[in-house]
Amino acid sequence: MAQLNSKIETGATGKLLRRTVVSALLEDRRGMLCIAGLGAPAWDITAAGDCPENLPLWGGMGGAAMMGLGLALAQPERRVLVITGDGEMLMGIGSLATIAVQRPKNLSIVVLDNEHYGETGMQETHTHHGVDLAAMARGAGIGDCRLVKTAEEVLALRQAIHAGAGPLFAQVKIDEQTLPLVLPPREASILQARMREAIMGKAAHLQ
Amino acid sequence: MQPDTSAEDWPDQIYGLLKDHGIRQVALVPDAGHSRLIKRCLADNDIKVVTLTTEEEGIGMLFGAWLGGEKGVLLMQSSGVGNCINMLSVAIAHRTPLPMIVTMRGDYGEFNPFQVPMGNATQTVLEAMGTLVKRADSPEDIAPTVNATLRMAFNTYRPTATLIGQRVIGAKTFGK
Repeated sequence: MAQLNSKIETGATGKLLRRTVVSALLEDRRGMLCIAGLGAPAWDITAAGDCPENLPLWGGMGGAAMMGLGLALAQPERRVLVITGDGEMLMGIGSLATIAVQRPKNLSIVVLDNEHYGETGMQETHTHHGVDLAAMARGAGIGDCRLVKTAEEVLALRQAIHAGAGPLFAQVKIDEQTLPLVLPPREASILQARMREAIMGKAAHLQ
Repeated sequence: MQPDTSAEDWPDQIYGLLKDHGIRQVALVPDAGHSRLIKRCLADNDIKVVTLTTEEEGIGMLFGAWLGGEKGVLLMQSSGVGNCINMLSVAIAHRTPLPMIVTMRGDYGEFNPFQVPMGNATQTVLEAMGTLVKRADSPEDIAPTVNATLRMAFNTYRPTATLIGQRVIGAKTFGK
């Protein structure tokens, strides 16, 4: 794989900096579709560069992974990456079982785990108290489940996402620092229509 | 569609409608009232049947399906509608099709007290969340109503639902 321009960095805590992780995962993405859970993950993918292949969510908490499943089943030749937070994943945790049973090779779920609800005042989530999301995904039956803490592990994750031997689940421990908002468009009909057009061309609007 | 079967074959008529409309993804939490339809879908290699852990998963899944150009439908029991309320905002805000076919409990001759509160509230709750709701309370009404529900979802980009009344399905009696 070619050298990345993105530099994967860690913060004062020694934990990975979320936007450097997301930039590395989305660089040279080769048509990969990305759905981001509401809150900071939506701002993160927007900071990496807003584009039609991005679907940043403004709501639907707990639904991001299942949206990834529906999209991955509809577009088996495309890579589909769901990037979400620990709170959002916990709310839809049963979807890991649903996804494991379907076994979509082209679907990857990456949880940016800062162990807090970032949008509501940094209250602790269950992962702060030891809940192991990667173990839960493994228990559901997802074959490739990873705990990611280092830049090297992020690069390996990036390779695995593009290899298409999913479904893949990664829990990425990140620095909890709150970053400046980078807001995507808020008119959600535009967000869906632009992704559909990126996949199917103008015919998408005549379906 | 011109149904040439008897009214009691309504599950097969719904299956025929799913094929006519090009449905490729069927998301469901099982209900006894849908069991025959579910069997028909499982036997069809062109339909991906996805059993959910909770009905709201289906709303996310069908949004993803539409993003990728595939049509889907959500099958559930009326109690499952209560699990979907906030997630309905996804289809409304994005303006995407979401047809639902709901078999009613707590509706007509119910035995189980726990089914009554949600059964009684199903239509109100869906309509409060911007869903177009049509009821079918006789076997011959089911296919035309489901057809309308599918057409309105995919032609006008919104959540729609057919509620199939317990009067058609029959009330579970638990031997009483």
